[in-house]
Amino acid sequence: MSDHHAVDVAVVGAGPAGLSAAVHAAESGARVTVIDQTWHAGGQIWRHRDRAELPDEARALMARFEASGAQHLAGTSLFDARPGHLSVLGPNGSLELIAGAVVLATGARERFLPFPGWTLPNVFGVGGLQALVKAGLEVNGKRIVLSGSGPLLFPVAATLAQHGAQLAAVCEQAPRGRVTRFAASLWREPGKLAQAARYRSTFRHVPFRMGTWIERAEGEGRVQRAILTDGTRRWSVDCDMVGAACGLIPSVEVGMAMGCDIVNGVVAVDARQQTSVAGVYAAGECTGVAGEDAAIVEGAIAGLSAAGRPAEALYARRDRGRAFAARLETAFSPRPELRDRADATTIVCRCEDVRLDELRAEWGARQGKLASRAGMGACQGRVCGAALAHLFGWEAPRVRPPLVPVPVSALRPAEPLRD
Amino acid sequence: MTAAPRPDVVIVGAGIVGAACAYALAREQLRVLICDAGFPGGGATAAGMGHIVVMDDSPAQLALSALSRRLWEELAATLSLACEDERPGTLWIAASGEEFSALDEKRALYGRAGVRAEILDEQTLAAAEPNLRRGLAGALFVPDDRVLYPPNAARWLLDAAIERGAELRIGSAARAVGAGRLTLVGPSGAVETVEAGAVVIAAGIDTPSLIPGIAIVPRKGHLVITDRYPGLLHSQLVELGYLHSAHSMSGASTAFNLQPRSTGQVLIGSSRELAGRDASINPAIVRDMVARAVAFMPALAGCLAIRTWTGFRPATPDKLPLIGPWPDLPGVWIAAGHEGLGITTATGSAALIAAGIAGRAAPIDATPFLPSRPMPAMEAA
Ligand SMILES: Cc1cc2nc3c(=O)[nH]c(=O)nc-3n(C[C@H](O)[C@H](O)[C@H](O)COP(=O)(O)OP(=O)(O)OC[C@H]3O[C@@H](n4cnc5c(N)ncnc54)[C@H](O)[C@@H]3O)c2cc1C
Ligand SMILES: Cc1cc2nc3c(=O)[nH]c(=O)nc-3n(C[C@H](O)[C@H](O)[C@H](O)COP(=O)(O)OP(=O)(O)OC[C@H]3O[C@@H](n4cnc5c(N)ncnc54)[C@H](O)[C@@H]3O)c2cc1C
Repeated sequence: MSDHHAVDVAVVGAGPAGLSAAVHAAESGARVTVIDQTWHAGGQIWRHRDRAELPDEARALMARFEASGAQHLAGTSLFDARPGHLSVLGPNGSLELIAGAVVLATGARERFLPFPGWTLPNVFGVGGLQALVKAGLEVNGKRIVLSGSGPLLFPVAATLAQHGAQLAAVCEQAPRGRVTRFAASLWREPGKLAQAARYRSTFRHVPFRMGTWIERAEGEGRVQRAILTDGTRRWSVDCDMVGAACGLIPSVEVGMAMGCDIVNGVVAVDARQQTSVAGVYAAGECTGVAGEDAAIVEGAIAGLSAAGRPAEALYARRDRGRAFAARLETAFSPRPELRDRADATTIVCRCEDVRLDELRAEWGARQGKLASRAGMGACQGRVCGAALAHLFGWEAPRVRPPLVPVPVSALRPAEPLRD
Repeated sequence: MTAAPRPDVVIVGAGIVGAACAYALAREQLRVLICDAGFPGGGATAAGMGHIVVMDDSPAQLALSALSRRLWEELAATLSLACEDERPGTLWIAASGEEFSALDEKRALYGRAGVRAEILDEQTLAAAEPNLRRGLAGALFVPDDRVLYPPNAARWLLDAAIERGAELRIGSAARAVGAGRLTLVGPSGAVETVEAGAVVIAAGIDTPSLIPGIAIVPRKGHLVITDRYPGLLHSQLVELGYLHSAHSMSGASTAFNLQPRSTGQVLIGSSRELAGRDASINPAIVRDMVARAVAFMPALAGCLAIRTWTGFRPATPDKLPLIGPWPDLPGVWIAAGHEGLGITTATGSAALIAAGIAGRAAPIDATPFLPSRPMPAMEAA
């Protein structure tokens, strides 16, 4: 049954940015509702961890959130969004949220770039593998190859090592020069450097190879070998599992559905974290991948702005986060050689089993989708869209409701039929 | 600069109608040039359900759709797999006893047009489509109706025309249509004047921008597609009231129209409204449409919907397409205004155009479709 519910500020996403926005808006006196499709607050980074294990700032923020009076709708998906109006589906059915202001804190997801064998069983994402381990996947004694990019690699390698995995290789696709320049710039962020060193110490016997990536995965029925390359040499590593991805990409679909300008793949925001649509704010990784510290301060600014409060005092800290995001982007952007891995028979769209040779570079995303079904499946191009953008330079797929698959009944009226 | 010989025919628009015309004209051994401002099949053709269906809203519509379906049947064996061509048939559903008693006449009409049809009573219908709600009076089954995937069918027709010598220009927009000539603006902005024995305008809802004053307006439709549920339904299911929804131009209307796709997906239609060219989803319309569908097929409620989209049918005031010479400009032909039946009637329309240009007798009476016919005023929305 469809129901209406009016709030001052609706926050989409309960990760660091969303929680911070909710706290700051609620503490300013606004009625706040946070929705998230998962059952626990904390987003990708905090959700799976014991409260006691969390860093102090995270623990403090979670506690403040619980005390703030903000309402948390867990297990609730947003499936249609217009400015001021959100259609959500939760455990009790669908609900229309009427919001004076909206804060988008929809985060980021892994960028999957196809290579031969990437659809074999036991080939996962990098962050995806970490999430599976936290959810109970047994990796004790398993030989695992990690091939990824950016700061996510270290904590994932650490988690796997702590769970008894034998890391067979940890590969960073970015060239050594880019990585060392990035590391050298971290003197501005001593905390991040120390954290990286702590992670590294948990898998210090495993070589960390820069300028190296997985070229193909092979095996009978499941992955058994990873073929790695540094662009000149290639070698084979036996393994039971592979974690492969190429960093993160912002999840901008909700912003797109609301009509917000998307610039260079992120939801564009002004100094107050407001998007191009009045009353719609955005914070955290959907505005650029910069890590949890940046997400928290952006969320704070967005929450204060959405509640009509000034937030100038936080701008300098936020701007440091943005500068860090720009350095990340420069250091860890995918190298062009990753494009050459997929061969004619490599699946590029997993939902619809579309092979590379069914596509032609001169098509755009829309023509490619119509002709081949790439991007037509249940994920609506969220996975293959980034791959096709990387392979062919195609634009991001257009979103249409429902933003996530929902039962047909969720689209049905509470009101009687018109005739 | 191409030094290609002067084409016999230039076709503007590579939707399903233009593509069918290109194929039919290339088969007449004519030198065809076809252009599209966007990409082939990217207009209304990319949004349509692809139901190849005989409709009897008027005798002319019945004749054209029956001819067209026959022409699709002839192509069926050669269509590529990507065209997803299947023959699930149509069940015209009678909800009430009153509707059921009208089926006899509908069957007789179809019979006179050479279209096989059979009446199913309540039990036979329930056995044929167990997921329909109980208590429906019956249905008229039209076994030879088809379903295909329109954008790839358009592409197939174009490829078949190209094989017979036609030239396709993608990203090439026509402007300034005159008697036997027009201007083309290429993707890089290059402007070229093209002369030809005949110019065929198959530009769908954009036709009025080339032929001022022609009576075509966009009539918006919504569709919802689900994830894969093979076997949920077997034939295309359409309520008898659909004809009424399609016929009446005033106001917004929805009708129960459910299609099994070859992928196992279910395509839920359909709605009609005059809303300009605003492509956004109207949630109220979707609600009505979905409620109707769930009322007919309760099991649909739990199926996952994955996408909703809209498209614009090129509608005319008298609900018939405009096919034939344009009286104001010698050498200019129109093939446009096919409203919600253009995937079906593309083949028949192309046969009429080809016969006209080749100077042969038309396969059916062409006069109801002549663009010079007197046209009633468009009903207000
Ligand atoms: C038989 C058939 C089956 C199909 N099956 C599937 C399927 O299984 N899965 C699937 O995903 N798609 C499917 N499609 C739909 C197809 O992929 C396109 O989505 C279709 O062309 C409709 O386009 P669209 O409006 O959704 O978006 P697009 O093709 O991206 O855009 C069409 C136009 O609408 C505009 N537009 C897009 N979004 C908005 C918006 N929110 N507000 C205003 N304007 C907008 C665009 O700018 C563009 O001009 C199917 C199509 C057909 C014909
Ligand atoms: C929701 C919906 C459901 C439908 N279901 C069905 C169905 O089940 N069965 C059925 O038979 N029909 C159906 N239809 C109707 C069908 O889709 C249309 O009648 C048909 O696609 C019209 O084809 P067209 O070639 O005339 O137009 P379009 O496909 O729109 O093609 C016109 C082309 O002309 C091009 N163009 C325009 N201006 C210029 C210019 N100046 N220069 C060059 N090119 C130009 C455009 O880019 C476009 O590609 C449905 C339609 C909708 C919207």
